Amino acid sequence: MISRLLNNRHALGLLFMLPTALLLLVFLTYPLGLGVWLGFTNTKIGGTGEWIGLSNYSYLAGDSLTQLALFNTIFYTVVASVVKFALGLWLALLLNKNLPFKSFFRAIVLLPWIVPTALSALAFWWIYDAQFSIISWTLVKLGLIDRYIDFLGDPWLARFSTIAANVWRGIPFVAISLLAGLQTISPTLYEAASIDGVTPWQQFRYVTLPLLTPIIAVVMTFSVLFTFTDFQLIYVLTRGGPLNATHLMATLSFQRAIPGGSLGEGAAIATMMVPFLLAAILFSYFGLQRRGWQQGGDK
Amino acid sequence: MRATAAAEQQDTAQGMDYLQSMPRRWVTIYIPLGIFVFVLLFPFYWMAITAFKPDGELLMRSANPFWVMAPTLAHFKKLLFDTPYPAWLLNTVIVSTIATFASLAASVLAAYAIERLRFQGAKQVGLAIFLAYLIPPSILFIPLASIVFQLGLFDTRWALILTYPTFLIPFCTWLLMGYFRSIPYELEECALIDGATRWEILVKIILPLAVPGLISAGIFAFTLSWNEFIYALTFISSSEVKTVPVGIVTELIEGDVYHWGALMAGALLGSLPVALVYSFFVEYYVSGMTGAVKE
Repeated sequence: MISRLLNNRHALGLLFMLPTALLLLVFLTYPLGLGVWLGFTNTKIGGTGEWIGLSNYSYLAGDSLTQLALFNTIFYTVVASVVKFALGLWLALLLNKNLPFKSFFRAIVLLPWIVPTALSALAFWWIYDAQFSIISWTLVKLGLIDRYIDFLGDPWLARFSTIAANVWRGIPFVAISLLAGLQTISPTLYEAASIDGVTPWQQFRYVTLPLLTPIIAVVMTFSVLFTFTDFQLIYVLTRGGPLNATHLMATLSFQRAIPGGSLGEGAAIATMMVPFLLAAILFSYFGLQRRGWQQGGDK
Repeated sequence: MRATAAAEQQDTAQGMDYLQSMPRRWVTIYIPLGIFVFVLLFPFYWMAITAFKPDGELLMRSANPFWVMAPTLAHFKKLLFDTPYPAWLLNTVIVSTIATFASLAASVLAAYAIERLRFQGAKQVGLAIFLAYLIPPSILFIPLASIVFQLGLFDTRWALILTYPTFLIPFCTWLLMGYFRSIPYELEECALIDGATRWEILVKIILPLAVPGLISAGIFAFTLSWNEFIYALTFISSSEVKTVPVGIVTELIEGDVYHWGALMAGALLGSLPVALVYSFFVEYYVSGMTGAVKE
């Protein structure tokens, strides 16, 4: 009887799904709902909250710091994603050329991606140090500037410095994923194009780019998701300063919820990120999804 | 015959690059690539060189900062003997290893069920797993913190071991599903005819064939849990149970005087294990990453 049951694929399938389902329901689905619920309450750390409706959201909508954080997050995501895409695509095209030590280069290029972000952010903190920055030192020695740059002390400089660190970390992912996409493009297409007399730009624009679009869509969706919800880099480099110029939604929600103690308010800020994430996913799904001819024909 | 086929393949692999002259290749390929590699690796070089510099040299503006005159191990000694760093390292190893193996086990079962048993609703479950992967930790940590607290797991390693699988399982399952799909059905059918049970098929046929996929998923899961930050920062408060990234960031930075040498030594030592694991299995890692994206 039991052996019959164990060979029934529906019963066995459910049995096999059990550990995963249990864990994801308790620690993923339930908290997701709980987070939305907490956003409607005034829960503090160590206490129970009461339902207060939309008060958190109406307060946050008028809170200048939240507005600034929203602006920062969008600015950070847009600039970092665009730069990551451009440089990552360029690096992928470079690596796709017939290079000596190709796999070695590929391995090295991925290093920034696999090292813990919190730790590489520490290295950037030291590189951006106001007094001992190696960038300032080099520029001074080259005679380009005469005073050390305070990378993390000025609002706009800090924004761009954190974006630079984020781009540094994100390029490898974009480049290696796009490289995998480039390698699936058949060389015969390039040969056909060159017989038709294309310039390198036309070859890129009319052969490479269209065939790469589906992978670009997936890669950039992930990249935008990671960047929009970034936390570690900002937490280590600036903790949101100077003058809250680098506070992102994630860091602000952490600050309000954990050191600040207002779990409800923090959860509301975190929930506010969800519509933006959904928009990014839907945009890439519908705007850039695979078309039949990109799959190589018959689908 | 085989030689010509191989030569032909070589030829197509080379594409039309032979049309480019050498100086042109330097300007369009080697120099930009060199700059990319330099920028991507410089922070690691800087981390390493700072870790070996004595304090005096660190604060000297006159000397050449790119090299170290009198290398010292003082920062590593301070780190290993005067701070709880070894305990953090041990915690990170324990948490990452258990979370990785637990997630792998659950993912193998789930991926096999979705991909091969095709129980009713398997497709929807597969999609749900993919969507679960898209949920970022930064919107989950607050409600998770209150759950962890209610379960009495706050400030224990179990808080991390139980929550890390929330991002490991979706990823590993998704990756393994793709891998299982590439294993021919016929093998399973033969085994079924010979009277094997589903469990025997999974253990004796599918798993041995899926070893490369298991390694990819394992490496990925290990690096992801080693690098995790926000959960460890939120759920852990006492020093003895912290992980390396959180420990360094929250405890080695004290007051206004930054011990750059020790900080960089800690960052270097904390990065080394993942870098080592990665360097042994680069190909698996890359195939896992690109495979997951291509799906």
